[in-house]
Amino acid sequence: MIDKVVNVVFAGLGGQGVLKASDILAEVVFESGLDVKKSEVHGMSQRGGSVSSDVRYGSKVASPMVPDGEAEFLIVLDKTQVPVNEMRLKKDGCLIAPSKIDAGKLTNPKSLNVALLGALSSKLEFSEEAWFAVIKKNLPEKLHEVNFIAFRLGKESLK
Amino acid sequence: MVEKLLLSGDEAVAQASLDCGVKMGVGYPGTPSTEILEHFSTLGGHAQWAPNEKVALEVGIGSAFARARTLVTMKHVGLNVAADPLFTVAYTGTEGGLVILTADDPGMASSQNEQDNRNYAVAAALPMFEPSDSQEAYDLLIKAFEVSEQWKIPVLFRMTTRVCHSKCITKRRTTPVTAVQPYFERDIKTKVMVPAFARIAHRALRQKLTELAQFNESSTDLIVEFRRGDQIGIVTSGISTQHSLEAAPDASVLQLKMTYPLPLERIAKFAKTVKRCVVVEEGDPWLETQLRAAGIQVEGKPEMYRFGELNVNRVRRILAGDVSPEAVPPAGKPPQLCVGCPHRKAFEIFRDLDCIVSGDIGCYTLGVMAPFSALDTCVCMGASIGVALGMRQVLAENQARRVISVIGDSTFMHSGLTGIVDMVYNRPAAGHVVVILDNGTTAMTGLQEHPGTGRSLDHSSAPSIVMEDVIRAMGVDNVDICDPIKDPTAFKDLVKQRLASNDISVIIARKPCILALAKFKQYENNQG
Repeated sequence: MIDKVVNVVFAGLGGQGVLKASDILAEVVFESGLDVKKSEVHGMSQRGGSVSSDVRYGSKVASPMVPDGEAEFLIVLDKTQVPVNEMRLKKDGCLIAPSKIDAGKLTNPKSLNVALLGALSSKLEFSEEAWFAVIKKNLPEKLHEVNFIAFRLGKESLK
Repeated sequence: MVEKLLLSGDEAVAQASLDCGVKMGVGYPGTPSTEILEHFSTLGGHAQWAPNEKVALEVGIGSAFARARTLVTMKHVGLNVAADPLFTVAYTGTEGGLVILTADDPGMASSQNEQDNRNYAVAAALPMFEPSDSQEAYDLLIKAFEVSEQWKIPVLFRMTTRVCHSKCITKRRTTPVTAVQPYFERDIKTKVMVPAFARIAHRALRQKLTELAQFNESSTDLIVEFRRGDQIGIVTSGISTQHSLEAAPDASVLQLKMTYPLPLERIAKFAKTVKRCVVVEEGDPWLETQLRAAGIQVEGKPEMYRFGELNVNRVRRILAGDVSPEAVPPAGKPPQLCVGCPHRKAFEIFRDLDCIVSGDIGCYTLGVMAPFSALDTCVCMGASIGVALGMRQVLAENQARRVISVIGDSTFMHSGLTGIVDMVYNRPAAGHVVVILDNGTTAMTGLQEHPGTGRSLDHSSAPSIVMEDVIRAMGVDNVDICDPIKDPTAFKDLVKQRLASNDISVIIARKPCILALAKFKQYENNQG
């Protein structure tokens, strides 16, 4: 039997950090001890085209791909990608679009992906320490502080 | 304690290779297989890029003849290039374990076709393993080496895009392996495939397959039965297993991890325990055909599900026999040549000169997109030259003169050289022009090295094949090197001039990939 699985879809354009964001979530879940699978297609899509990545977690995950219409969360890094990915979302699912973040407050515009993770974090069960530990592991040291600030900005925005 | 890691299928294969004592990893980059050898090298294994998949497999055969555990990796179409040695190494077998990994791309995320390489297992008569996630990729790779060594037979290891690129939790095995010190022992009858010996070898190969079928039938870990109900039974393998387990919680699922030779008795027995037995598989009706041929009563999928990847929703539809049109997802933004990519200028010029562009495989295939729309053919690695020469041979002069070949540097090393040989040997009346877009890297697959970059797989310094020297030595009339960004007018004039003459010419448009510039600098610094 498949137990309740949480489905998160990340979407955006090549170069925006879509895959990095999904990597960070997958690792946070992994460290928590739950089962997790993460899936995406790389290759040609990275040349500036649409990119999306699925993360699924729970006590036991089977398929690595989130079925259309079953995502609890859809995190979109580029607003043009909202209509392209809306069908991934559940009827009462939560869309986290870039408009949720006050981009003017980001010290580095490239940290939008982490800011959106911050927004997502306010809806999930993982502690800020857990998120920060994984962000540290995934980004070079000089970017840590910028991304912690971005994460907190995102977290506040959904409160 | 068991170490748990979050690994992609590619990374799991690399980790397993390290953990089971693989001495040689060799391949050619190709999505979705590229990361395997890169990760293996990062972990400390010996990995090298070959100029193409045929050479990769030949190098792998040699190292396995010398008793080293050997992993050869490539994408699905790469196995076509390596098919010649493949069919005969099945006859010779190898002393050391030889696993040939093919990464198929159903749905063509980044490929020119969606061929189903399970067909190669039957055609070449080789055992085949198919993992459904990273843990199975890890465990089965080790198993594949054991089978290869026990039967002295190469094993095909088939992965697909979703298995290669999905990350799952993977437990690492801690049992140490004792690696054999490589040595070669003469055994002419099994290693020299002249007809007299090959006739014996073919019979020996068929005998091995008979034994392997029996091994599969009686295995405890290569067939997994998820007993959940007796109304519907699903026979499946690879990623389709995971989709099936989720799509049909009440169906019993028989997962096959070794899909050739098939455990037909076990499958027949399973089929009898359920009211309705359905084969769920991506791509060709490969399993279905074999099971039906064996007289096992199974249902296949409607033809529409042969195209593209499967997923949970599609498996639900297959089980429901739903052949109504599927919802078409909204079109995303297509990939395109990067802003600042040196190839952009070249394609503007080909478009403005109204060239008939015989293209090739790489980033520059994106020259087909607007605003360039400057690519007329793209078939396979290296085809830009042969296809153009064929056109030049038969077209009337007014069209023949417009034909140009466009090929990248890595693709040129892979299979462009033999095209140049044909151009020199079977010289078209109006000559020909080959443009090599040399950005100094294998850009499309993620900036891998090749024999012309001066660096090995791990980016350390290596001898370099200088393409212009080789081409000159082959007897091409004109070999020019230019920078299409620095002086586009000169580049355009040169292309025009060469097209107008009856010469055979190569123009090397040399400008580094903008995505690679920072890396190139870093590699230089590393080498001090």
